Amino acid sequence: MVKSTHSKDEVLEILSVIPDPEIPVVSIREMGMLRDVLITDEGYEVILTPTYTGCPAMGIIEQDIKMTLDSKHVFPVKVKLVFDPAWTTDWMSSVAKRKLREYGIAPPVHSSCNLGVFEYNIIQCPQCNSSDTVLLSRFGSTACKSLYKCNSCKEPFEYFKCH
Amino acid sequence: MTEQQSLFNYCLRLGDDALVQSYRLSEWCSSAPILEEDLALTNFALDMIGRAQALLSYAGTIEGKGRTDDDLAYKRGERQFYNHLITELPNGDFAFTIARILFISAFEYSYYNALQHSSDATLAAIAAKTIKEIKYHLSHASEWAIRLGNGTDESHGRLQRAINSLWMYTGELFEADEVEASLAKVNICPDAPQLRTNWKHQVESVLNEATVTIPKDEYMQTGSRLGIHTEYLGHILSEMQYLQRAYPEATW
Repeated sequence: MVKSTHSKDEVLEILSVIPDPEIPVVSIREMGMLRDVLITDEGYEVILTPTYTGCPAMGIIEQDIKMTLDSKHVFPVKVKLVFDPAWTTDWMSSVAKRKLREYGIAPPVHSSCNLGVFEYNIIQCPQCNSSDTVLLSRFGSTACKSLYKCNSCKEPFEYFKCH
Repeated sequence: MTEQQSLFNYCLRLGDDALVQSYRLSEWCSSAPILEEDLALTNFALDMIGRAQALLSYAGTIEGKGRTDDDLAYKRGERQFYNHLITELPNGDFAFTIARILFISAFEYSYYNALQHSSDATLAAIAAKTIKEIKYHLSHASEWAIRLGNGTDESHGRLQRAINSLWMYTGELFEADEVEASLAKVNICPDAPQLRTNWKHQVESVLNEATVTIPKDEYMQTGSRLGIHTEYLGHILSEMQYLQRAYPEATW
């Protein structure tokens, strides 16, 4: 039996500082990956969901969670990975989307994950807001992004794919 | 077979399909015709390694003997692998790889859509996650098939040859033996034979647009669900499992 010293909200607050390792301007909480914190007799259980099943950042995020909580004397901590409900870009907060745009990544279009197999959205350039953009590559530097080019300002940019 | 044994075997089938596909796709790393395709194919490989991890971990849990996803990937022999034969064939040229992704992703799109409604909560959750990724694989392979088919005589010919030689490996995707029949009865797994009409419709619409001829259904290869493979799986495993075989229990 472990006596808990921190409330769920306090633990969530502490975890809010952890950045997404691949897009450090947003936190794992803003991304919607941090699902819950359970306080049990065995300690603290952090519930986490991956953006993509093969997301290689999960190991680093788990380590970050343990180290961050340890530094605030929150222990013992267990991190549990869940798939249900499946993560969707619709969980991204509006703050997170604004931060992505400022960082130069076009944020996912809401509800676009419900489109059919051959339907596409028009993506706005995060630099000049033009809608005259063209897809360069469906897949980019990470599993969650595509590459686009803006025909107005000629800048290439990344789009966070809907999921 | 008890229901637990059937479920264990079934998770290995799905997990091995993902693992072996991932292996073949990773072989394209740095060898694809253009950089964008290098990224696309290796991204697909990453999706599939994630799916394999989830399914093989779950298989280990079902079995209850403490085996991990790594144990199941690295310490089973060829006859204990149950991936479909189509997944283990060598990559061939780019058209062959695209045709294979088209056939498999069109199948998986129907299959994992149905699996989302599995009475097994873990499988349903993995399916709901993975279907989003399969959608990308399907649209990408479809677009490329259409592009190759309508390209030059060379690309058209290569796509046609790929379709012709892969066709006899597609029948196996829709087989259901007693393991799957027993699980389908309790709504754990989809009824694969029922999905073929949909699949054929999907694949035909792409291939018609690609102006290639659809082969006739003749002899279909089979055997993987009994652990009987082509000569190629052994070669994959000898490389994939080398480290754990040579240095048992080695870790990073």
